[in-house]
Parts: sequence; structure tokens; C-alpha cells
Amino acid sequence: MAETTKDKVRSFIIENFLFGDTSYDLAENASLIENDIIDSTAVLELVAFIEDSFDITMSDSDIVPANLDSVARISAFIGSRTGTVAA
Amino acid sequence: MCGFAGYVGQVHDADTLLKQMTDAIAHRGPDAQGKFVASGAGLGHARLSIVGLDDGQQPMSDETGQLTIAFNGEIFNYVELREELRSRGRRFRTSSDTEVILHLYDQMGEECLSLLNGDFAFALWDQRRRRMVLARDRMGVRPLFHTSKDGTFYFASEIKALLKIPGISAKIDPLALDQIFTLWAPIAPRTAFSDIHELEPASVMIVEQGRVTVKPYWQLAFPHRDTPSKIVNEVEVAEELRALLTDAVRLRMRADVPVGSYLSGGLDSSLVSALAAGMAPQGLKTFSVTFDSAEHDESAYQHEMASALGTQHRAIACREGDIARVFPQVIRSTERPIIRTAPAPLYQLSGLVRDAGLKVVLTGEGADEVFAGYDVFKEARVRRFCARQPTSRIRPHLFRKLYPYLPGLRQQSVEYLAAFFGAGDALPNDPLFSHRPRFKTTAATKIFFSGELRETLKGYDAADDLVSRLPDAFSRWHPLNQAQYLESRFLLPGYILSSQGDRMAMAHGIEGRFPFLDHRLVEFAARLPPEMKLKGLVEKYILRKAATDLLPRSIRERTKQPYRAPDSQAFTGKGDLDYVQQCLSAESIAADGLFNAKAVAKLQQKCRTQPASGFRDNAAFVGILSTQLWHKNFIQQGNRTEQAA
Repeated sequence: MAETTKDKVRSFIIENFLFGDTSYDLAENASLIENDIIDSTAVLELVAFIEDSFDITMSDSDIVPANLDSVARISAFIGSRTGTVAA
Repeated sequence: MCGFAGYVGQVHDADTLLKQMTDAIAHRGPDAQGKFVASGAGLGHARLSIVGLDDGQQPMSDETGQLTIAFNGEIFNYVELREELRSRGRRFRTSSDTEVILHLYDQMGEECLSLLNGDFAFALWDQRRRRMVLARDRMGVRPLFHTSKDGTFYFASEIKALLKIPGISAKIDPLALDQIFTLWAPIAPRTAFSDIHELEPASVMIVEQGRVTVKPYWQLAFPHRDTPSKIVNEVEVAEELRALLTDAVRLRMRADVPVGSYLSGGLDSSLVSALAAGMAPQGLKTFSVTFDSAEHDESAYQHEMASALGTQHRAIACREGDIARVFPQVIRSTERPIIRTAPAPLYQLSGLVRDAGLKVVLTGEGADEVFAGYDVFKEARVRRFCARQPTSRIRPHLFRKLYPYLPGLRQQSVEYLAAFFGAGDALPNDPLFSHRPRFKTTAATKIFFSGELRETLKGYDAADDLVSRLPDAFSRWHPLNQAQYLESRFLLPGYILSSQGDRMAMAHGIEGRFPFLDHRLVEFAARLPPEMKLKGLVEKYILRKAATDLLPRSIRERTKQPYRAPDSQAFTGKGDLDYVQQCLSAESIAADGLFNAKAVAKLQQKCRTQPASGFRDNAAFVGILSTQLWHKNFIQQGNRTEQAA
């Protein structure tokens, strides 16, 4: 089965911010900030991941919690830019 | 400045035990050793001769032989106290400050502590009452640890002396580890070692007839937040501050050996050095550390200040590889895991002072706690300001101004800034309001704890534990004073004065002295209206005013640059050291059982490939490495020694 955008985003977060801790219950709508999963440097890592993996250029105004603060929001944002529906 | 160790109770072969305990802390006092053994008590002492070079040997008894003291540190006002005692007919046999304590105790018992202006820890055996009196200075400059075994009570200036006691072995205290990975330091009396405790600052402990009692003899306190501010004349306050600081420096220049000064290039050490230079007719020697990386280096300011004062200045460069090289010795000295490498360059710096032939240095430490210099104070103020208007898109811009040295923050949108600092959902009545973001961010490092450790710590919250230690009056203080209390009462003795202070200096037999922690100055600053300390977002406002004609404007008006050192990058550059690989290997991590080996491997890889890692990753890396080193130093080595015995 093809890897979905959400799967890719989730894998990136687990590998890079949770250091492979698959036991962490990362809910789709859980806030990455409130749950201390990312800090200010990690936001920049996340932006680099999205740009590199999905061939998207993010402007400053895109880099806001409304677009990036959960697996669901990130996937939706990527979907809106690539014209795919987040699944 | 020295180290001491001892016991109350029965021991087998007291002479050998005291020798072994004293040898373990010989670095604190390389000039002489001494011991005292009585029925049911013993004292050992390693001396660094600074006051009373020829007649200050310890342990020292009074002329009746009934009182005997082992003392670490200095009583800076001993000259005035001695004169006062002489005027009341007391006769002195030595020129030391140690004898002053004996006389004072003889007259007043432990009530005499309130008269001492100094940085000290001591153990005083009172043969008449068959009791041991242990005490520590008000702010926690000098250390004192204790433990019990089979009915005998033991104490020492450093824990490594206690590990010489037969039957005492090192075990990590999981709650202390949680505290370090949340609050940066264990909450005293807890230490990193199970069953080994620390006497809290400003406390006196009495061991008598098998009972141990502890009580504070001084407390840091602030006025009620609703106390109407008296109309204060800023000029007069600055003058009074200047007079108090000048006197604090004057007292701390007292020694029978030359006194030097650290000079970081910031406001605090520059001010101390400027005052000291005026009191050193032979000229003042100043010392600093420099870094290759521009974000850590302050050498331009150091040179400017040294040149303005005409001091004999020496600097030591902390270059790539230096921190990693000295880090194992740093952890052996701190005796606790740490989450930052900042003590390591100070370890190098004290070595430079020793090589220059000095034993005593003044430092500017303490000013940031006493006069509100840290960023965390400004951050709390901005967070409160934002919380009043959570939808504002303008207010969060202020966070950028607070941390110009953190590139990750500079590039953030207003929305992210507000989110990171919890600006919209702050709870202003939270007693830890000022420090909550720091504690929360630091606690994120616990993601690396092993499943077993997490299970052990289930239900424990270090921040809640801290709240439970706050005094009743805390809730009635101004928010700035609350934040100052958290820094002064916990992080200052738990990290700044110990891991960065006493331990790094004493590793090379150097005594640090802290004029800003003179209790008269601390009490004076506590009474000041908060706006005199943090005016808007100008930190240490009144201190700057007091420094007006002493420092060049460029130094006086500098925004504080926090003292920092490279963290994970210090270990992941070219040529990783073998011990780093060994400590962080999957085998070591699994064997010690404290961290998740797979996650640590990923962290190590990430720090190596992404040098600009954020705070969480850096703190986790240094915390894990230092914990593993601690384990290797104190537990594995202890086990090997026990097996060999």
C-alpha cells in the first residue's frame, strides 16, 4: 500500500522529534507545541522536511501553528499545496 | 578554603577512615592535612592556606579543648568580630578566622551564625554537650553532604569522601535524575546519590545523642506585593548600593595571599574588578575565558575592560575539543549529571588561575539573581504583557528582542513565538509562572528515559515537588520577586554555585568569592521596588546606575549576554573521543538501564549531522552523556573497588 502524506509526516516526526519512540501515542490532532514535541529549532527542521519531501516552497506567512501544529494540519497544508487530499 | 570530613558515632579505625576521607578531597586543600579524634566523633581537614598562613591549622580546638572545629571557607568580617570579642576580654592565640567561630560559638551557641558574613561550611564538635554542629552559609557557596550507616552519622565537603566509608556505595536517585532533567538541579537536600543528602544553605544541623535536627538560621524574603512603594530617590538608592558593594568587595579582598578577579566582560564581573582594582595597590590580576565561536566569545569586552582598569590580564582559550577533553573530570567534580557544558570552560579557567600562582578570585556571580539580570525575568514580564491581550499580533514581537542570540527564535512567526512562550494561555497565578516554559522545555528531554526508569518515576512531577517546597509567604510576593526566589533559592546553590562555582574552582584548589552574595546586599536588593531592578525590559537597572562612573559606557549599557558554551557540538566535531562513543554505545546505555539505547543512537546521529540542534536536543545530549559518565565514575568504579576489596 502506498505511503500516504500523513504516514510520511508521522514517520518524520517519530524519527526526528520522538527519536523512534513508537510507543508514543501521537494523535492526529495533538498539538506538537503543547505536547513538547517540537521547539523553535524543530519548526525549521519541519519546514525543511516539507520543502524537500513535497517540493513545496513555504513563505514566511505559511510558517504558523495553524498550518504546522499537528499531523493533521501539516498533512492538510501539504495537500492544499500539492493538490492532493490528505489521507 | 578547604575541605573537611568527619563522623559522629562509632567507627572502626578512625585514623585510617579520616585519612581516606580527607585524601578523597585533598584537591580542596593541598597545603596541609589534619585530624581530630575524640570518643564518639572525629574530624579530618584538608587545608588551602589563605588566612592565618602559619597558625590556622585545622581541626582547631579552643584553649579548653572542649570545642573543636573543621572549617571550609571564609568569615570575611572576622577582623571586626575579633575586635568585638577582644573588647569583651576574649584572648586569641591565632590570627585566623577559624578561631573567631570557636569564640563566638562558646559565647552564643549556634545563634552566632547570624553574625557571620562569609562563605562557609563547618563542623564543630562540642565535647561538653557531646554534639556536632554543622552549618552552611546563607546562599550555599560552600558545600556540605551527609549520610548515616549503622547508627553512625558521617559528613564531608564532597560526596567522594563519603564513598570511602565501608558499606556506603553509590546508587543513583531516580527522583534526582528527574529533577535534573526538569529543573537543571536536584532539590536539596536530595543529591544525585540515593541516601546521601546535602545540608541546605542557611541551615544549621545538630547531631546530638543519636538525634539529628535541622533548622534555618536565615531566610531570603521579600516584601508583600501590595506594600506601597516608598518614594525612593534613585540617586540615593544607587549610592547606597554602591557603598554596600564596595564594602562587600573590601571584605572579600582580605587574605594573606593575593586576590585576583574573573573578568567575563559583562557588567557584573567588570564592576567587581573595577572596585577591586582600586583596592589592590600591587595591581589586580584578572582572568577570563575566550571562545572560537563568535556567539559565545566576549573577548573584545574583556580586553576593553582590562585595558581601562590597567589589570594584569590573562585569558585561556576554550577551543574545539577542550570541553570534551575535560568533561569527564568536570563530572567527577560536579558529582551530579548536568544538562549544559558551561562548567567545563570554568574548570579550564580555574586551572589558569592556579598556574598564575593565585589561590583566590572574586567573581560577579550572584548579581543576576539579586538584581534580576536573567532573561527569564524579562520573559515572564513579556508573557504577562501578552496574556493581557492574547490576540495581539504586535506584543509577541518582544520575545524576539529577548533572545537575539537564538537563531531558531529570530526566524519564527509571531504566531509561533506566542505559542512557544504560552503567551495566550498563561496562568498568572501559577507559582512557577516565570519558569514554566523553561521547565517544560527541559522536561521534554525525559523522552530519552528508559521504560524502566519511566515506570519508576510514574506519577512523580519534579515541578510539583518544587512548588511544595515554597514558603507560605511566596504567594504574597511580587511576581518578579517570586522569580528571583526560584533562581536564588534553587538554581543558584543547586547549579551555579556548585556545578559551575565551588566544584570547578576547587578542582584546582581555587577559592571563588562572591561580593554580590554578601547577605547585606542580598537583603538590600530584596527590599527594593521591583521596577528598580527590572525597569521595563532593562535588567539590573539600579546596578547600572550605581556603576555610572566606574565602567566604560559600552560595558555599562551592554545587554546581558548569558554565559554559554557549545553543548552537543563540543562532542560531535572532528575526532569523536573514545569515551563519548563508549558512554553512548548501545551496550553501555543498555547496561546502565537509565536511557533508551535506540533513541540515544538517533540523538547522537542527529547532533552529529545537524550541528544547529535546538535546546532540547542539546540538553538531552549533555544530560545523557554526563549521566553515563557519572555512572561510570561513581557506580562502576565503586563496584570495582568493592570487588577488589
